[in-house]
Amino acid sequence: MTTSPSDPSGTSDPSDAPGTSGPDAVVDLAVVGAGPAGLAAAVTAAALGLTVALLDAGTRPGGQYYRHPDPVLGAARPEALHHDWTAFAGRAAELRAHARAGRVRYLPGHQVWSVTGSGADWTVHARADEAAARPVRARAVLLATGAYERQLPFPGWTLPGVVGAGGAQAMLKSGLVLPGRRVVVAGSGPLLLAVAASLAAAGARVPAVVEAAGYAPYARHTGTLLRNPGKLVEGAVHGGALLRHRVRPLLRHAVVAAHGTGRVEAVTVARLDRDWRPVPGTGRRVPCDALAVGHGLVPELSLATALGCATRTAADGTVALVLTPGLRTSVPGVWAAGETGGVGGAQLALIEGEIAAHTVAGRAVPAGLARGRERLRAFADVMGAAHRPGPGWTDWLREETAVCRCEEVSAGCVREAVTELGATDARTVKLLTRAGMGWCQGRMCGPAVAALAGDGPAPDRRPLACPVPLRQLAELPPDTPS
Amino acid sequence: MPKRHSSDVVIIGAGVVGAACAYYAARSGLSVTVVDRGPVAGGTTGAGEGNLLVSDKEAGPELDLALLSTRLWRDLSGVLPPETEYEPKGGLVVATGEPALKALRVFAEGQREAGVTATEVPADRLPDLEPHLAPGLAGGFHYPQDAQVQPAQAAARLLAASGAVLHLGEEVTAILRDPAGAVRGVRTARRELLAPAVVNAAGTWGGEVARLAGVRLPVLPRRGFVLVTEPLPRVVRHKVYAADYIADVASGSAALQSSAVVEGTPGGPVLIGATRERVGFDRSLSTEALRRLAAQAAALFPVLADVQVLRAYHGFRPYLPDHLPAIGPDPRVPGLHHACGHEGAGIGLAPATGALTAAALTGAAPPLDPAPFRPERTYGPADDPTQEQQS
Ligand SMILES: Cc1cc2nc3c(=O)[nH]c(=O)nc-3n(C[C@H](O)[C@H](O)[C@H](O)COP(=O)(O)OP(=O)(O)OC[C@H]3O[C@@H](n4cnc5c(N)ncnc54)[C@H](O)[C@@H]3O)c2cc1C
Ligand SMILES: Cc1cc2nc3c(=O)[nH]c(=O)nc-3n(C[C@H](O)[C@H](O)[C@H](O)COP(=O)(O)OP(=O)(O)OC[C@H]3O[C@@H](n4cnc5c(N)ncnc54)[C@H](O)[C@@H]3O)c2cc1C
Repeated sequence: MTTSPSDPSGTSDPSDAPGTSGPDAVVDLAVVGAGPAGLAAAVTAAALGLTVALLDAGTRPGGQYYRHPDPVLGAARPEALHHDWTAFAGRAAELRAHARAGRVRYLPGHQVWSVTGSGADWTVHARADEAAARPVRARAVLLATGAYERQLPFPGWTLPGVVGAGGAQAMLKSGLVLPGRRVVVAGSGPLLLAVAASLAAAGARVPAVVEAAGYAPYARHTGTLLRNPGKLVEGAVHGGALLRHRVRPLLRHAVVAAHGTGRVEAVTVARLDRDWRPVPGTGRRVPCDALAVGHGLVPELSLATALGCATRTAADGTVALVLTPGLRTSVPGVWAAGETGGVGGAQLALIEGEIAAHTVAGRAVPAGLARGRERLRAFADVMGAAHRPGPGWTDWLREETAVCRCEEVSAGCVREAVTELGATDARTVKLLTRAGMGWCQGRMCGPAVAALAGDGPAPDRRPLACPVPLRQLAELPPDTPS
Repeated sequence: MPKRHSSDVVIIGAGVVGAACAYYAARSGLSVTVVDRGPVAGGTTGAGEGNLLVSDKEAGPELDLALLSTRLWRDLSGVLPPETEYEPKGGLVVATGEPALKALRVFAEGQREAGVTATEVPADRLPDLEPHLAPGLAGGFHYPQDAQVQPAQAAARLLAASGAVLHLGEEVTAILRDPAGAVRGVRTARRELLAPAVVNAAGTWGGEVARLAGVRLPVLPRRGFVLVTEPLPRVVRHKVYAADYIADVASGSAALQSSAVVEGTPGGPVLIGATRERVGFDRSLSTEALRRLAAQAAALFPVLADVQVLRAYHGFRPYLPDHLPAIGPDPRVPGLHHACGHEGAGIGLAPATGALTAAALTGAAPPLDPAPFRPERTYGPADDPTQEQQS
């Protein structure tokens, strides 16, 4: 690819001073996202001799996985909540060293709203707090923007006390606070066990872990599982921890309603058929004061799709980027790593970050990395397929159940747009009902609206990846007319 | 063997224009089938704002069409459900300086002769209409006929009210002709839809549909960006935009150039749009377009500088080189009608287009002179892409 910085003849502009010292110097690689993927990519690329800018909305590196207790809380051992804290701590130290040496310009607290450009000339636009950040110019871009939690609505899901499963985990990791004392954990995916174990370890009672899928699909892939001993150990650790706290997952069940007036007081748990349709007559009430619920993660692709990167439907039913083995997207000059290429966990994200750094630098990918990626991707596909929501889940919804919380759009309203008004996709439902037009820009209701529209999952369409103060747009440098 | 269905007319396109054609054709007693390769309002209609403007049109055939539409939209608002969000909120065009105000007076005088209501608002009365407007403006004109609808809802509700048979997700791949060359229907991947008349309401893709029938219609895309802010209490009451006086050095004359329209919506967000650029179907974000919209909005309403822009979107307006839509029967292909090329005003002009089309289909007297919109007219060359402005 002649447009990539791996082409040694492609960087001859004498004004492009080497190093990242000047804030306006063009860097070889801009990495968006400092989670496991972006962090690994940035330090590996710097070690390979590239100049790097690393931007992240958060104030510290680590992304979703390596969350930090707030220093003011004085928690002594964040590693107690992580299995591989050392993998992170090592890279965080490397990042500090590269930053001091001027090889990485690390920009925490920078939320990127758009990436523009083409080929080997990119501009990364970010907001930093309320101020406009200097646009970062780069010869290549790596999108490591991670994922957010998939929510499937049900009656009562907007009650206080109902939190995202990932959110509950994040609260624990960074604030060491519990969402409640009796916490039902529900949804689908391997994270549920981790969340339940963390909650139990932190002193909460977990009356039930409710998993919508069965584990049978795993059994059909014992080969893949055995090639991933790390994952088995991880599962066993959570499983063991749960057993110690006498929590056993209830398979093929779901929370189909949450009850309470000011706050959640109980949930109804029902058995599901193969398609995730609740089996009539199987509902029973479980008292609780909090519900942590999530259905896995959805890749955050706003920046990627705005650039025109091609997407695919992954095994878990989410939209992910189409990537080459070297982690190039379909747009020349744009790479991606980690959850953006399909949800696969922290270990895979680390490996992919390193692979991408190699191909951006024009180096051969070490065989061990490539093998590791293949193995973990195969594992992720098995898990993804096992936990992909069945089409019957929409039977949980009542007509008046809010689907879009920001704009308060009910399931009935969405169904009317589909059956009466000719909306055959999520975008048209949005135009007709405002579902997805609020603050979260459809991150919360997107999967649900697409399912109700009878449409496959739709790629994100958010030309602005996050809200931007109008003043910042107004004060952009004007284009000189060509 | 593909399924066959027959009706009096097949309309290609379920955008606002196709929907209005369906509505008025059905009301004239015709049986109507509408076919679209996507969902309802999935084309430019879903990417447009719902300004129904007379204020921005100089006296001429487009203004006549807009004035007819203004009346028809008012009638429709009594028939269509409230979700259509018809709001006759009026427009306010402000002048940034004395020369612009003078030019605006001349412009408004021409419009008044054509039937537009335009009232001059002196500078010190502007705050009565728009309390948050920037100080220091020279004055302006109030246009009470300017109104708005929610475009996707308008299209969907017009279609529902028409009772037309709807085929969504089916692309028209051929226009069927009889041995004499007259239209006898369309073909999709799933069926043949037979009818003695076919209406090309394919918007920006109208040129391609015309080509299926073997005729040329030079419809081109013109990109526009819109900014949408966070929901706000009522800061902007009318449709507000600025008119600037631009001396055209080449022709030695002067022209009015307008800024982006700033307006509040019933949901709370303020819409700022739209830019006008001839860049083909380029979907990439233009930070320059966003900058201009934001700068113009903040210049008109300084309070907006501190609000958050939640989203931006773009669409491709269907335009013909002489900036008038093509409406009416195509004498080159008996039975083929066109209703496309409305550029930045298709939402506004849809009802009049539907009424004209229905009249042509039934042979009734047209509600206004259709001659300027003849599809077979000579269009002249496309614009110079460097002469772009806001709308
Ligand atoms: C609760 C929870 C528990 C988990 N438990 C496990 C586990 O036990 N084992 C396991 O393997 N995995 C686990 N995971 C998954 C793991 O967190 C992810 O696989 C991993 O973090 C993915 O890394 P990433 O770098 O791709 O993305 P992330 O870690 O999601 O990082 C993405 C980063 O990009 C930033 N970002 C996104 N958009 C922008 C933007 N526009 N501008 C600037 N910055 C932006 C974000 O702030 C974030 O820091 C868990 C995840 C969650 C949520
Ligand atoms: C940013 C922006 C702002 C705007 N603001 C305003 C405004 O404030 N006021 C206003 O009046 N106008 C505005 N417009 C213009 C307005 O949106 C358009 O003029 C109008 O929507 C055109 O409607 P239409 O029905 O002709 O086209 P469309 O809505 O594009 O409908 C055409 C339909 O034809 C279908 N189609 C095409 N080819 C085929 C085929 N072969 N087979 C089957 N179906 C086919 C398409 O799928 C599409 O649904 C704006 C436009 C933009 C882009």
